[in-house]
This record gives sequence, C-alpha cells and structure tokens, in this order.
Amino acid sequence: MTSAQLAEASNYAVYATMVTLTIAMLAFAVSFAAGRRPSTSAAVVQESYVAAGSTAVLTRVDAPAVAAPVDAGRRAANIGMSLTWLAFGLLAVGVVLRGVWAGRVPWGNMYEFSITAALGVLGVFLFASIQRDLRWLGLFVVTPTLLWLGLAVTVLYSDAAQLVPALKSYWLVIHVSAAIISFGAFSFSAATAAFALLRKRAERRADGAAVTGWLSRVPESDRLDALTGRVIAFAFPIWTFAVVAGAIWAENAWGRYWGWDPKETWAFITWVVYAAYLHARSTAGWRQRANWIALIGFATFIINYFGVNIFASGLHSYAGM
Amino acid sequence: MSTVPESPEAGLPKEAPLPPLGTVGMLRWGWRQLTSMRTALILLFCLAVAAIPGSVLPQRGTNPLKVNDWIANNPKSGPILDRLGFFEVYSSPWFSAVYLLLFISLVGCVIPRMAQHWRAMRTPPPPAPRRLLRLPEAREASAPGTVDEVLADAREWLRSHRWRVRAGDDADGVRWLAAEKGYLRETGNLVFHAALLLLLVAVAYGGLFGWKGNVIVREGEGFSDTLTQYDAWGGGRFVDASALPPFSFSLDAFDVEFERSDAQRGAPRLFEAHVSYRDSPASPQENTTIGVNEPLAMDGAKVFLVGHGYAPHFIVRDSTGAVVFDDSVVFLPQDGNFTSTGVVKVPDATPSLGFSALFLPTAAVDDVRGPHSTFPAPDYPAAFLSAWTGDLGLDSGVPQSVYALNTSKMKQLGLESLLPGETWTLPGGSGSIELVGYERWASFQIAHDPGKELALASAVLAILGLMASLFIRRRRVWVKVWSDPQAGTLMQVAGLSKTDAPGLADEVEGLARAAGEESP
Repeated sequence: MTSAQLAEASNYAVYATMVTLTIAMLAFAVSFAAGRRPSTSAAVVQESYVAAGSTAVLTRVDAPAVAAPVDAGRRAANIGMSLTWLAFGLLAVGVVLRGVWAGRVPWGNMYEFSITAALGVLGVFLFASIQRDLRWLGLFVVTPTLLWLGLAVTVLYSDAAQLVPALKSYWLVIHVSAAIISFGAFSFSAATAAFALLRKRAERRADGAAVTGWLSRVPESDRLDALTGRVIAFAFPIWTFAVVAGAIWAENAWGRYWGWDPKETWAFITWVVYAAYLHARSTAGWRQRANWIALIGFATFIINYFGVNIFASGLHSYAGM
Repeated sequence: MSTVPESPEAGLPKEAPLPPLGTVGMLRWGWRQLTSMRTALILLFCLAVAAIPGSVLPQRGTNPLKVNDWIANNPKSGPILDRLGFFEVYSSPWFSAVYLLLFISLVGCVIPRMAQHWRAMRTPPPPAPRRLLRLPEAREASAPGTVDEVLADAREWLRSHRWRVRAGDDADGVRWLAAEKGYLRETGNLVFHAALLLLLVAVAYGGLFGWKGNVIVREGEGFSDTLTQYDAWGGGRFVDASALPPFSFSLDAFDVEFERSDAQRGAPRLFEAHVSYRDSPASPQENTTIGVNEPLAMDGAKVFLVGHGYAPHFIVRDSTGAVVFDDSVVFLPQDGNFTSTGVVKVPDATPSLGFSALFLPTAAVDDVRGPHSTFPAPDYPAAFLSAWTGDLGLDSGVPQSVYALNTSKMKQLGLESLLPGETWTLPGGSGSIELVGYERWASFQIAHDPGKELALASAVLAILGLMASLFIRRRRVWVKVWSDPQAGTLMQVAGLSKTDAPGLADEVEGLARAAGEESP
C-alpha cells in the first residue's frame, strides 16, 4: 500500500466505525425505549434478568405481552454490544493504520489524539463490560463517542504526518498514552457518576418502592457509586503518572519540570479534583457529593483538552488542529 | 487528608450548650477543625479554584511583556488585579496560604495516623467473633483430619500467603486462628502523603538553591556563563550569582526546517543548534547539537533550546559616507510566520539615527494587514523601515529596551522597504542604510535545579504509595475448629474486608480448602 492509501484506509476505518456506532446507538436506543414501557414492572424485569441466557424460562403463559418488549429490549441491547465490539475493532484498525502511515505513535495532533482517545473510551467500557452487565450504559458511551469522532473528522482533521520538533521524543509515547487511558477511564466514570445521581434521585422519589421508568434498567445507586469509585481509583494513579511523565519531559525540553503553563495548570486542577473525590468517598456525609465531584473532575479534563489547546497560548499549543 | 471517616468530635452539634473553651481549648478546637477531612476537602477545592486565574491571565513568571500589555489595556482592573497578585498567582499570598494550610492539615492528619498504624502493625489480629457465620463471607464444613491437623494446614496456608496469624482457644473447647493482611494499604496511604510533603521540600530546595537564565545568541556569537551575559536571570536566595559554573559555548549554525505541504503549512519540523562548547576555560573545546528535546548538560547546568528568530544585518552610513553601524540586530518574531519587529539605534551618527523595522522572511503586502510574512522560512526576505532622526534618549540614564525606539524627541524621515543588497539613501542627506542580509538567532534557557532529583524521587514514591493505598485491601479471616462427637472435626471459616473489593470470597474458599474442606 502506498502512503496515501494507508491514510485513506485509516480514514475509511474511522468512517466505518462511525457507521457501526450509529447503528449500535440505534440498537441501544431501541433497548431503552423497550424498557420504558409502563407495563414493565420491576418484578418482570428482575425475572428477565434471571432468564439471561435461557430463553425458555420466560415463556410464561399469562404474561407474553409484558415479556415481549423487555425481551426485544434485551435483544437490541445485545446487538448494540456486539456492534460496539465491532466498532472498537474497526477503530483499532483505523488508529493503527494512521500510526503506520505516519511512522510514529498515532497521537501527534488533536485529530489523532481524539480518535485514539475514542478507542480508549470504548476500550475501557468494553473491558469493564466483560465482568459486569453494562448494557444499560451502552447508549451513553456510544453516543458521546460518536459525536466525539464526528468532531474529530470534521473540525480537528489534519493531514500532517510529521511532528513538530517539540513532540519528537519517546516521552510522547509514555506521557500521552497514560493520558489517553486516564481519559478513557475518567469519561467512563463520569457516565456512571451521572447515572448514580439520577438513579439516587429516582430511588428517593420511589421512597422505598421499586424504581420505575427507564432508570429501572440502571443498577442501584450504591452499586454505581462503587463502580465509579473503582474506575477512578484505577485511573487516578495513571493520571498521576501521566502528569509526572509530563513533568519529566518538560524538564528535558524546556528546562523546568513545572512551570504553570495552562496545560500543566489544568492537569494539576484535574488531579486535585479527583484527589478530592477520593477523599470525599471516605468522608461521612460526602458520599453523594462525591459523584458531583467526579463530574467536575471530568469537566476540568475536557477544559484542559479543548480549552487549552484551542484558546490558551502556552507551550502546549503546538499540538495543532 | 486521611481516608478514614472523620472522628465524631470533629463536627460538634451546634445546638448543644458548649462549655467555655479557654485558649487551649480554642487552639485544640481549631487544630481539630483544620485537620478534619471536611476542611481538607474544602482546601482541595480552594486549591483547584485558586489555580484557575493563572491559566487565564498572563503571568509574570512566564510572560512579563504580556502582563504589561494586559495592564495597559485594562487600566481600571489591571492595577487592582496586579496588587491582588493575579499576575503572579502561584507565588501570591492567597495561593500560598491555601497550599500551606493544606499541607499543615495533611501533617496534622498523617502524623497521628502514622503512630496509629505503627501500633496496629504490632498488635496481633483480634480474636474470632463469637458468631462467625454472621459475617458476609462465611462457610461451615466438616474436615477429615483431627483438630490439630486442620489447624496446622490452615496455619500453613496462611503463612505461605503471608498473613499475620494469631492462635487462641475459647472456653468451650473451640480452637481458632485469626489472621490479618493488607497493612500495606495504610502504609501506602501514609507514604503517598509523606511523599507529597517531600515534593514540597524538593520544590522549595530547588527554588532556594536553583537558578535559571535566558539568553539570545546570534549565529557566530558566543556566550559565557556570567551574569552580565544573560538577557534575563533569576536565582534563589542562596545562590551565589558571582560563582556560576564557568562554561561557555558559541552558536556556530542554526538549522531550521518548516512544513511546506498544505497540511500544517509553516509548522516547524526541525530545530538544531550546532554549538561548540567548553566546560571551563581550561577544558578542550567540543562540538555538539542542541535540539528541542536534547538539551546540553554542562557542568552544573543544562542548556535548553527554547526559541529562534532572525537577525537582519544592516550597514548604516552617515552624511559623510562613513560607516557608523555594521551589525546584525535581533528581531523578535510576532507570529507563526516570523513577521519580526526590531529597532536599529545608531547613536554614533550626527544627529543620531533610529530605525524601527519589520523583517519579513517571506514578504507580502496586502490592504488589511499591511506588510507581513506568509511563511517562516526566508523565501523572499525583506525589511520595511521607518527612519527617525533626533535624540534617541540613550543619555537620559533611564534604561531602555533594545527592542523599542523612543521617538518622543525624534523626527520621522520616511518609510522604505529593502531587499537584501539594497540601500536606501535617507532624505535630507542624513546618510544611508543597507540591508546586507540576515543571520539567525537562537534563544537558550540555562537552568540549574538541584531539587529536581528529589522531586522525581518523591513523585515516584507518591505513585507507589498511591497504588498500594488504592489497590491493596485490608482484610481479616478466621478459622474455628472443634471436634464434634457425632460429626467428627467441624470448622467454620469467615472473612471480613473493610473495603468492598471482590476477591475475599476466593480467599476464604482457598483457606477452607487448604484446611480440609471437601469440594461440594
């Protein structure tokens, strides 16, 4: 394959990812709509959970009308998960081809960082879904990822293969890959934290009774709290490492390991907010607020990525669009 | 700063009638408030919020010129913000107050917990609870061996999996083992927080004993490490500025390449400063290349390449035709295409001459932007000059910027543009100026930070501690064994974990199997 064909193939793989994610999004949306039927009582939902994997159990004679939409919802969610795996594979191909074309790691500019970060988000979601049932979250991972990729291919797209001299360092591999993994995990935790808050509110409104409506498809808020906490506990040391690796690189490139450049400042702010999250998790009376802190932490990460790259003039503004 | 729920005393109920506290009581109350987790949380938020203005407003430490511009453009808010320290956020009293309070709070929390942890590590695990089967992870089974054999097997398993074990027996003939594991969680937590303190020490040490300076060097020009040669220099309180390491170097050539294809056109692709250097005047001269990620490590300091630009070369002749100026002049780039500005001051001409000028590596002129550069490489270099005559103001005693011309006592002679080799004969017989060509210059940051190794060590320590404190679980298991006249040897195995991480069930099962429980 010639060089131009490699770049083109990478682009096609990214487009194919977007098409696949669109269908996955529709499937997840169908699954949500099916679950929202008012006839879907909590008892039946629970029964259908028991029935996972064996369709025979659900053939109750007196309630076929109730079971049907739930079943359709589950099937749609399964289709959505399969398509998300497919999209992950396609995007991995796109990212790898991009790296082969450029002859370096595929995160030399904002476009490349964005597609690799999308791969990271899908990866964290799918990896976490191996251990537990996360189909309920699918719609809310796939939709932002799709928008994110859309932004990448339209606004952020860049044809450049070569790096600016400042990025020619093996620290690009170490520092940015750690940032990408943290980004994947932090965005995942933001989704679960948001759901924990919604679900908690629904539980409070239900006042001891079973939660109805679409939030009945979402795990209990306690489990979501724990999941959010574990994902952030996984991501926080990696983020710390990303910041430290960045500092070592900065020392090597600019002669100081910390200089309060806007990017550094916001990395520090993100770190402090997630540190506050971890403390809040183990402080009486702050457990609920912890989810808000997780959302604020993710917001600071996004500000750092878009705001600082595009609006602030600092040493990191070479990343280029 | 700790990960244990705050003590109940920390938040006294407001409505309860409080006894008079007295000074000691007030101090103790204040200390307890400061070291409470809630305070630490609020301080963390204050720290995050306090860091924001420094990323929005220009900062003196990184860009003093921009700060002056900002204040000049905002005559109302600028001086107020300046007085409040908003242009030096990270050394301002309020930012320092937040992080110092946070670190005091950290110390106040970590030290008692270190003592507590020290005691906990030397205390044997607590005896088995009376009703073991009530614990979340518990199982009961019969075992083939005798009570002694079962206990020995259980003890062996616990030992080989590095549990701390304590044995005992109850009054009713039940014998038990209690075991605990995961002390490293708290150790890691304490190490992490102590490492943050160490990091602060390293930063402070580097600040007191470190120094850094900036210098612009033209091609063919040299630099030796003394204070007077720097364009800007700053050092810590304990630095002897007269005893800087005696190295020197000269910039032999500066190579730079820019992207020429449409994607990211004009983006830099290569910077290389070819230098020859000596560690000291006595040592032999060596040649090397300084790149963006490849600093030159000298004895006691590192030399980093941080910028570059053009230095157009002018020859100025006075009205008699005598050469009064013949040198290249450092021009500062104003945009990504290196539209550069600078001034030429010729005090030796009579009357003095001054030129404010633009140097454009690839010159273009349009109605909106006027003369500007369209590409950073010197494809079509040109200079646009504005000539002045009169008093340059150099004798007034007020220090002047070499990049600005004070024209308040000068008269403009005219405007002209020059290509290399062209000469402009100034109106009124004031002389002439020739653009000979251009050289490049590189700017270097030269830094010495003796605290950076310690900072790195504490950062690594912090990450290790963090991982231990987040991934290790503290948990306890118990085995109770007794002999039943009918059923033979019976045992109960149970476990308890402070944190809700999975894996305990597997450990309880493993222990039960090792002790002789038969698979179902």
